[in-house]
This record gives sequence, structure tokens and C-alpha cells, in this order.
Amino acid sequence: MLNRITDALDFQAQALTLRSERQRLIASNIANADTPGYQARDMDFARTLQAATGSLGGAQSVATTHAGHIGSAGAGLSGGRVGAELLYATAGQTNLDRNTVDMDRERASFADNAIKYEATLRFINSSVRTQLSAITGQ
Amino acid sequence: MTMLSIFNVSGSAASAQSQRLNVVASNLANADTVAGPDGSAYKARQVTFQTQLMGATGNDPMAAGVRVSTVAEDQTPGRRVHDPKHPSADAEGYVTYSNVNAIEEMVNMISASRSYQNNLEVMNTAKTLLQKTIQLGQS
Repeated sequence: MLNRITDALDFQAQALTLRSERQRLIASNIANADTPGYQARDMDFARTLQAATGSLGGAQSVATTHAGHIGSAGAGLSGGRVGAELLYATAGQTNLDRNTVDMDRERASFADNAIKYEATLRFINSSVRTQLSAITGQ
Repeated sequence: MTMLSIFNVSGSAASAQSQRLNVVASNLANADTVAGPDGSAYKARQVTFQTQLMGATGNDPMAAGVRVSTVAEDQTPGRRVHDPKHPSADAEGYVTYSNVNAIEEMVNMISASRSYQNNLEVMNTAKTLLQKTIQLGQS
């Protein structure tokens, strides 16, 4: 019963951590826009989130009907951070110094990620409020 | 808090860009200097950036900052102007000026200032997000 309450929050918390990791990754790309030879990195967010939560979502875990069953608790965060698989971005326009940072793309991803981070925060806030009003019953 | 190291990453980049701007300023300031007491004119300087891994462990590939690895001198020969009346003229009457290319330096300056602004904006966004995270669960 209690894990029903925390599962939804857990999923959003994982998503929030991943969003902040991605935000830092894009910040690194923007910081290295002028570094010769730097290869821009990014992560496949959907796949990393699936790997971190161990399923498509915290609420859709495998049902355990027998005492010997092992539920899909999810890989979880190891030591506070997600073992995200980093991918390399290919250059839209080749550069003489082998730098593959596309500033337009990075700025767009940065803004996109910031908005989605805020959305995740809002999801957590509203789910806490919902549970609070259920608890107080008013 | 992974978001907090954004300030380290973007801060290192802003510091590297400001060093680049500094070098551009000294190049432009010395654009018209002639050969000094050592007989050689001012040489234009160029900074080179290098990736520096950061994060809590110091080797996190997800937090890549920037540092200035070298400040190299441009070795192309300086501009020579025939002016026998100049006090610094050599035996043939030529004065050697610095090898600074003002157009290149102006382009470099604009590029550095744009990159600096980009990093500041990243830090501003990170600050806003962190403030909203602190207010999580309130109101």
C-alpha cells in the first residue's frame, strides 16, 4: 500500500535526476564549443530512463503473485547517479578543428531540457499536493 | 546535486573565454608597436583550449569543463615599413611592426564574447532551475 504512494514519486525523482544529468551534459557541450577536437555528447533520454527505472514506468512494475517472485524494482541509482550511456553527436557542419558542437542544436536541447525539468518538478509538486489533500481529507 | 557542477563547468568556460578576450585585448593594444630593445617586435598571442574533466571524482565524462592549455606566440614575421626617419629604423631604413592582424583579432573578440554570453546564460538557467528545486513541495 505504502509503495503505491511512493512509486509515482520515485519514478519522477529518477526522471528529475536524469534531467539534471542531461542538463550538465549539454552545459559541458556549450562550454567546450571552442575546444579543438572536442566531441559533443548526449544521451538517449527515454532509454536511459527505462534502464534507470527498470521498466517503462514505476507504476507498471511486474506483479509478484508468489513469495519466490522477484519484482522489477528497477536498477535504481547507484551511488546517487545514473550509469547513463553516453552517445556522440555527429557534426551537422564539419569543422576544421574537429569540434562537433553544433551551438544551435545545443541551445535548443538546453532550453528543451530546462522546460522538461520544470515540468517534472511540477508533476512532483502536484502529486505531493494530491496525496496531501487525500491524507487530510478536506 | 549534479546541477551544482554546471556552475563549475560553465564557470571554467567563462574564465577561459575571458582569458582569450584578455589576450585579444593585449594583441590589439600592441597592434602598432615597433621593435623593442631586444630587436624583435611584439608577437601576436593565441590561446588554445583543452577539455578538463570535472565532477565530484574529477574524471566524470558528463562534466567537461575547459581550461587554457597554452598561450602560443604567432611566429609569422612582422610587418616591415620603409621609414628611414623613424628612430627604430634598421640600417636599411625599415621599421618592423608587430605581426598582429587587427581583422583576425576583431573576429576572435566577437567569438569570445558570444561564447562568454552563452555560458552566462547556461548558468542563469541552472540557477533558476535550482531555485525551483529548492521550492519543491512548498505552497
